[in-house]
Amino acid sequence: MDKIMQISVFSENKPGKIEKITRIFSEKAINILAISITSTNGFGIIKLLVDKCDLAYQELQKAGITVSLSEVLAIEMKDSPGGMYEVSHILSKHGINIENAYVYVVESRTRAYLLVEVKDIEKAKEILAHEQLTFLNLKSC
Amino acid sequence: MKSSDSSSKHVFWQHAEETIEQNALNSLQLSCLRETIQRAYQHVPFYRTRCDEAGISPEKTNSLDDLKKLPFTTNDDLRAQYPYGLLAMPKDGAIRVHTSSGTTGKPKAILFSRNDIDNAANLIARCLVMTGTGKHDILQNMMTYGLFTGALVMHYGAEKLGVLVLPVGPGNTDRQISFMRDFGTTVFHITPSYALYLASVLQERGIDIKKELHLKRAYMGAEPYTEETKDKIERLFGIDVYNSYGLTEMNGPGVAFECQQKNGMHLWEDYFLMEIIDPATGEVLEEGMKGELVLTTLRREAMPLIRYRTRDITKIIPGPCSCGRTHRRITRILGRSDDMFVVRGVNIFPQQIERVLMSIPGVAENYQIVLDSYDHLTINVEISKNIFDGTIEHLLDLQAHIIDKVRAEILVKPKVALHEPGTLPISEGKAKRVIDNRTI
Repeated sequence: MDKIMQISVFSENKPGKIEKITRIFSEKAINILAISITSTNGFGIIKLLVDKCDLAYQELQKAGITVSLSEVLAIEMKDSPGGMYEVSHILSKHGINIENAYVYVVESRTRAYLLVEVKDIEKAKEILAHEQLTFLNLKSC
Repeated sequence: MKSSDSSSKHVFWQHAEETIEQNALNSLQLSCLRETIQRAYQHVPFYRTRCDEAGISPEKTNSLDDLKKLPFTTNDDLRAQYPYGLLAMPKDGAIRVHTSSGTTGKPKAILFSRNDIDNAANLIARCLVMTGTGKHDILQNMMTYGLFTGALVMHYGAEKLGVLVLPVGPGNTDRQISFMRDFGTTVFHITPSYALYLASVLQERGIDIKKELHLKRAYMGAEPYTEETKDKIERLFGIDVYNSYGLTEMNGPGVAFECQQKNGMHLWEDYFLMEIIDPATGEVLEEGMKGELVLTTLRREAMPLIRYRTRDITKIIPGPCSCGRTHRRITRILGRSDDMFVVRGVNIFPQQIERVLMSIPGVAENYQIVLDSYDHLTINVEISKNIFDGTIEHLLDLQAHIIDKVRAEILVKPKVALHEPGTLPISEGKAKRVIDNRTI
């Protein structure tokens, strides 16, 4: 399975951060595939799945933005009723806890990916390799 | 970090004066004190009135203890006597004025004669030699030149010793870096906030400080800072940092300075008489007790100051120092009676908070204390870039950890706001750490 990396950006609770990031992406022709924003206790974290991950990381760093890269599981699911249940059932069956999750929809009503952060990704990958699951391959997107 | 330059450990600028025996020192102090009172009494109406009221005259000064009969000289006195009120010689004997900025009202002006300037330079030469600096060194002076004493007094002292001085002043950081490279700077004189900023710029530019530059040591002063900040700066630059204590009213830098033992600052007792008092009652405290430093000039010609309240909180470190100097040491400044603020009835010094912040990994250099009410305070903290791993839990843990540690130190639970590195204001001079928005 491909290593899928997400970009995390630290954000203080004030306007302009998303604008700054998306302006950089727009200038560098980087496409955002999925985004999630969490905020708590006066600060937040923006997570992004993009098509050109390394370039995006470099450009954000260059702009002085506090950014990090981390691996996520990107598991294919049907974009129809029951799709997410099938995937989450398998995770639950193996006791894999979802720390954070968001969704990348490739073809509406047909195919989507569940982007999952887990504590021990290597172990999760090993377990899930034996299941009938399809993982995201960014080269084919 | 201990200096590796051990060969210079026992080098002195003025061996006899710096290692003077206690009795000889005391009799020297007494005769200098008499002269000081004499000069003040004769030329300064302000001091004549004070002496008369206290029943003191130069002839009646028989012991150093008699000094205690005189009232203190304060900030307000200096402002009230601005500009020439405390001048103890004809105006044509004064060759320099320095001022100390006041946040309100008139500044404080300090006048120097030629001998005063020379004495100030001499003390700096002692300090520099004491830390291992010699003629072969190249000093980049990043303090502000002008009315502020920090840069000029260091400049004169370094020149007296024969050091090559680069009078750059603060700011223009890229030029500072070029000069450091081009001239092979070995020593620099800097404020702690600017040192931290300089280190971050060097990092950003990808310069390997330890390989590409020739820095050996730095002198830091002009702003309060903690031992943790000093350690951090030593690590970042790979140098020895020496604490320097001074104030414009007493020449500026070089009043007290760390030797290579780095265990307190030797205060030059043949030039200044020191007392530690209880800031609330004015009572003189015993050696070793924490209180406000009070200084009397012993050699000042143009403007002698008697029992000047520095507002700086410190204590005397009893006992001899292994460097061989007999002048007693004071600890680093533990706080300023002026900086203290009150939240929920608790007295808090910003240095207490700084000390905690600098001891926590993951906290970057800049911080701010914001006071919006008398019930709570907010601390704005920058996270350091390398701790961010995209996990919200780690940041929440860091936030909680800062709150706990600060609360343990100041006994008030702060609000802590995490900020991105480089977003809090830094100043290339005296950093303003406490923002007090309260109205009484």
